[in-house]
Amino acid sequence: MIVRDEVEDLRDTALDEVQLDRRLSETWSTPTGLWGALSTVDHKIIGRRYIYTAFIFLALGGILALAMRLQLSEPEARFIGPDRYNQIFTMHGTNMMFLFAVPVMEAMAVYLVPLMVGTRNIAFPRLNAFSYWMYLAGGLLLWIAFAVDTGPDVGWFAYVPLSGPQYAAGKRADIWAQMITFTEVSALAVAVEIVVTVLKQRAPGMSLDRIPLFVWSMLVTSFLIILAMPAIMIASTALILDRLVGTHFFNPAEGGDVLLWQHLFWFFGHPEVYIIFLPAVGMVSTIVATFTRRPVFGYLAMVMALVTTGVLAFGLWVHHMFVAGLPRLGESFFTASSMAIAIPAGLQIFCWLATMWAGRPVFKTPFLFVIGFMVIFVIGGMTGVMVASVPFDTQVHDTYFVVAHFHYVLVGGAVFPLLGAIYYWFPKITGRMMSETLGRWTFGLIFTGFNLTFFPMHILGLQGMPRRIYTYQPEMPWSGLNMFISLSAVILAAGFLLFFIDAIRSAASGPAAPDNPWGASTLEWATSSPPLPYNFARLPVVGSLEPLSNNSETLSVAGGLSVDRRELIVTSVVEALPEARESSPGNSIWPLWSALATTVLLIWSIFTPWAVVWGSIPVSIALIGWFWPKGTPEDDT
Amino acid sequence: MNRSVVLDLSKLPPHGLGTASLTWWGTLAFMLIEGTGFALSIVVYLYLMSLAPHWPLDAPPPDLLPGSGLTALLIVSLLPNMLIARWARQQNLAKVRIGLVIMSLLGVAPLFLRVLEFPAMHISWDQNAYGSIVWVMLGLHTTHILTDLVETLVLTCLMFSKHGDNPRRYGDVSDNAMYWNFVVATWLPMYVCLYWIPRL
Repeated sequence: MIVRDEVEDLRDTALDEVQLDRRLSETWSTPTGLWGALSTVDHKIIGRRYIYTAFIFLALGGILALAMRLQLSEPEARFIGPDRYNQIFTMHGTNMMFLFAVPVMEAMAVYLVPLMVGTRNIAFPRLNAFSYWMYLAGGLLLWIAFAVDTGPDVGWFAYVPLSGPQYAAGKRADIWAQMITFTEVSALAVAVEIVVTVLKQRAPGMSLDRIPLFVWSMLVTSFLIILAMPAIMIASTALILDRLVGTHFFNPAEGGDVLLWQHLFWFFGHPEVYIIFLPAVGMVSTIVATFTRRPVFGYLAMVMALVTTGVLAFGLWVHHMFVAGLPRLGESFFTASSMAIAIPAGLQIFCWLATMWAGRPVFKTPFLFVIGFMVIFVIGGMTGVMVASVPFDTQVHDTYFVVAHFHYVLVGGAVFPLLGAIYYWFPKITGRMMSETLGRWTFGLIFTGFNLTFFPMHILGLQGMPRRIYTYQPEMPWSGLNMFISLSAVILAAGFLLFFIDAIRSAASGPAAPDNPWGASTLEWATSSPPLPYNFARLPVVGSLEPLSNNSETLSVAGGLSVDRRELIVTSVVEALPEARESSPGNSIWPLWSALATTVLLIWSIFTPWAVVWGSIPVSIALIGWFWPKGTPEDDT
Repeated sequence: MNRSVVLDLSKLPPHGLGTASLTWWGTLAFMLIEGTGFALSIVVYLYLMSLAPHWPLDAPPPDLLPGSGLTALLIVSLLPNMLIARWARQQNLAKVRIGLVIMSLLGVAPLFLRVLEFPAMHISWDQNAYGSIVWVMLGLHTTHILTDLVETLVLTCLMFSKHGDNPRRYGDVSDNAMYWNFVVATWLPMYVCLYWIPRL
């Protein structure tokens, strides 16, 4: 055994604050320059990258939405042809779900969870770097394919037989299926990191009942990802195999089944909605607590509601298939479970209302977005209960009513809280404040624009307008509302444009933010804005649910950690009792090489199955390079 | 903000073992992901079977010998696998080295039987949906044997190198042993599904 010389092992207790900061900076900093940027494993840098990238995809997806609104603004418009329109609505949905909504929620967690649980880096930081590169590669694959007229055109859920070998010649459907592989690998990697960070790296004393609600929501979300995403990976792999090597999973002529695709897709696809929604719930709880100046009413009930939503999420998928002709008993079961999920959702709404009722609300921009969320999400929830009923769903299936419903749920339920969360955490992430004036304008434009755009779609749907049509005839009674919707979409787009302008301008020249500008009580506000590379000079010790509110002048911390290597604390799952000092891996370029090798394998395998054989050689080499010890203090013990 | 040191952690071990190790939990999480994948492949098999007028589709039930031989071999491999986990906990370098060599061989041996399993199915992946799912199930499990084999080979090299004698490496060895248990455990329901359900 190697016996390390204790004298060389310098601990933080031997250093004053200035020396400590200097030593920790040497150990934890990311070197400047390109190589440093490519090899960094700092969760804050990677989290920021994830957030920026996801918002770029949001903007691109928004431009596609505007293009569709332009085409639909009048009957028999000729701005976009049917083939390009098919690509555009497929790209819009695919991009928003797989490249924006899920990644941006995980991105917020990558940045915030380690800070909120009081540790120095996310668990498996190199996997985190790998996951970002995979995400970026998947996004580039999709968008470059679209740019060269090979964008998928089979809808964001790519139903067979339309996406199968018979009806989707060319590589468009393969691009979709392989983009799934990229984004799911990335999402699963982050989910594992979050689970282990939350279970094992919480600050000493942060027992399960002291975990911030946002962290709880990300823990439940991560388990949903772990249990739901294998279904879509199996489905998309089976689709690629059907298309590439002639398997018959979805071919009824040879014993396959097209509904198998729908089952597998929605077994993932429904939990996906909660994968997007639950982090937003955590953001809402955080913002509500801060801006009402009191803890959220019913902490235990909120946690139980998160877990219950997570469990029920797996019992709803068939409600996407009500018109597929399934047995009636099955449909009744899924109607009941679809309505049942309104219970935990409603419970949370009432807990937030009670918190606001009992607190002293401060109506800053983040809180405005939370109020907007509550209004819009409740409307989306009510139309959700409506479409949970089979007879009603049969009428409005594949109409604009459903388009209105899921935009109310997803934009109301996730994007509003997310924008609130950006205004809320922007000072921590950038060290600068966003503009309160522009924030109010942004909220006003987005809230108004959103409702004017999407509410009339309910009516269009009831009037029978199907979704996914590239145009309609002048005889149909839809043209007036469509023009109204398209004009309203401009207001909505103006709101987002203002948001981007405010964010970019504030990041460059906004007023400097103090450590804790909102007077919040969770641990990310106990460090500087933006945080130093090591997050906390001394790791916090937690004695309550609100570590910064009981004694706001002094932070209880732990001592005795090494400063010669990247070191953090591993604690027990339930009580967060310290178990070990543990090293955290340093910067490495190998995650990038691994992601590049995996990218080559995955894209190559769209064209030949042999890519899996030959492509796995560079992947293996890169992974061995990644894991082989380099003799650094972090690799040693 | 002022900081007051209320907890001294200097006496904590510099590396967590077992449930105090992050990689142990990470391995568990990946096992949950892959286990879900295995379970879903069985669900797809049963789903396709429920639709078929007869099962297997246009093929006799698979020959029992290669698959049963592989199952027996995997079960036997659990014994040295458990021993190596124990030796890793004891941080016994010599025994761990021997154990890793044995486990490498026991990772290669099933591949020879697996090669015989594909023809024993009497169906090709592109003949019908039955052929597709059995090939994918076998392929999915083979990928796991291969992955663990590569990991075991790398660890074997590592333990014979200067980096070997280190608590962190022993933790890697025991996590790898845990993962092999998983590879064996997931095979058992797949074996029943592939070989015995067609005989019902």
